[in-house]
Amino acid sequence: MDLTWVMTLGAAIILIVVMMLVLVAVRGPAGLRGVIASRSMIIAGGVAFPVVVLTALLAWGLAIARDIRVSGQEPAVRIEVSGEQWWWRVTYLDSAQRPLFVTGNEIHLPAGSEAAFSLVSPDVIHSFWIPSLGGKMDMIPGRTNSLVVRPERPGVYRGQCAEFCGAQHALMSLIAVVETPDDFAAWMANQMRPARAPETAEQELGMQLFGENGCGACHTIRGTEWNGTVGPDLTHVGSRKTLGAATFPNNRGTLAGWISSAQHLKPGNKMPSFDRLTGVELRALAAYLEALK
Amino acid sequence: MTPACLLPAFLSVFFGVCQEQPGDPARRVVEGDAMAGRAAIMEVSCGVCHVIPGIAGARGAVGPSLEHFAQRSFIGGVVPNRPAVLARWVRNAPSIAPDTAMPQLPLNDDEALDIAAYLYTLR
Repeated sequence: MDLTWVMTLGAAIILIVVMMLVLVAVRGPAGLRGVIASRSMIIAGGVAFPVVVLTALLAWGLAIARDIRVSGQEPAVRIEVSGEQWWWRVTYLDSAQRPLFVTGNEIHLPAGSEAAFSLVSPDVIHSFWIPSLGGKMDMIPGRTNSLVVRPERPGVYRGQCAEFCGAQHALMSLIAVVETPDDFAAWMANQMRPARAPETAEQELGMQLFGENGCGACHTIRGTEWNGTVGPDLTHVGSRKTLGAATFPNNRGTLAGWISSAQHLKPGNKMPSFDRLTGVELRALAAYLEALK
Repeated sequence: MTPACLLPAFLSVFFGVCQEQPGDPARRVVEGDAMAGRAAIMEVSCGVCHVIPGIAGARGAVGPSLEHFAQRSFIGGVVPNRPAVLARWVRNAPSIAPDTAMPQLPLNDDEALDIAAYLYTLR
C-alpha cells in the first residue's frame, strides 16, 4: 500500500517537474535554457537521479516482496505435491518435513490459515495452478519450488496442470477442498488411519482380486501388504471426490469403468485396462475400493 | 374399444402423427423428466462406460453404446426394454442380471426414472 502511494505521488511529481522543464526549454528565457542544457544538469538529472531513485525503489520493493513470501507465522499445513504424468502425488508433511501420509489428486486445506506447498516433479515440467487460491508455480525435475497460499473461504476449487506435460496434460487436474478447521482436522485424522477392512462378502472378494491382479505392485493401501508407489495411494480412495486426476466423479460405476478401460479413458497413462475380469469381479473390486473411505 | 377412443386412434393413424414406432408409446416414461435425467447422467458420469448421444464426453467403451436406445429390444441383453425394468436397471443392474459388469449406482428412484426418460429420447 505504501509502495503504491509513493510510486503514484513520486511519478506525478517527476512528471510535473519534467513538463515544467520542457516548457522552460521551449519557451523559457535564454539564461534558464542554458542552465538546463549544461553538462552538469544532464549528468545530475539524467544519470544520477534515476540511478539513485530506481536503486532505492528496487531495494525497497525486494524488502516488501520478502515480507509477502514469508509472513513470519508457521504454516498450518505443509504439503509436498509431486506432478507426475498425469496426476498429482500429494504428501502431507509434519513441521520437520517428514511425511505424515500420502494421497492423490485432492488437497484439503483449512480456511483462514497458511498452507506451504513444496512443488516437485520426477518426470517432466508441470505447473501447479489452482486459480482461485494463487498463481501458477512450475514443478521442475530436480528442484523444489515453494508456494504459500492462504485460502479464506471454504469451497471446492479446481486446479489444473498449466505446463504442457504430454498426451494427457489436459486431463491432469486436481481439486482443493477448503474447509473449516474442524472439518479439516477430522479429514486429517481419517487420512492418517490405515485402510478399513472389507465389511461385506463382495468387498472381501474385491480385496482378494486386488491382490490377485497385482494392483498392489503400483498402488499402496496402508494397513495391507500392498505398497506400490507407481500410482496413487488408494488407502482412502473412496473418500475422494474424483477419479483419474479430477477427470471423473468418484462412484462405484466410474471406479469400475476406470479399472476396466483406463487406457481408453486416458490413453498412455501408466494404468493398464483390466479388461480380463468378469462382471462380478469388476463390481467386487469397485465395491472394495469405494468402501475405502 | 369405446367410440370415444376410436376417434383419436383413427385420427392418429389417418394423419400418421402417432405412428407406431419400435419402442415408442409403450416406452414413454410419463413420470420421468428427460432433462433432469440428462443432468443425472452427467452427475454420475455414465459416459465413463457408455457412448451416450447428447452427453458431452460420453464415449465410454466398457458397456454398449446407448445410441438408439429407445429402439433396443433388450436391456443388457437379458430383459425386455420396458420403462419400469429400465429404471430398476440403471440403479441396480446386478439385481436383474447377477453376472453384469454394471454396478449399483448412487441414484434414487426419481433419478432412475428421469434417466430412463432421457434414454427413451434416444430414438
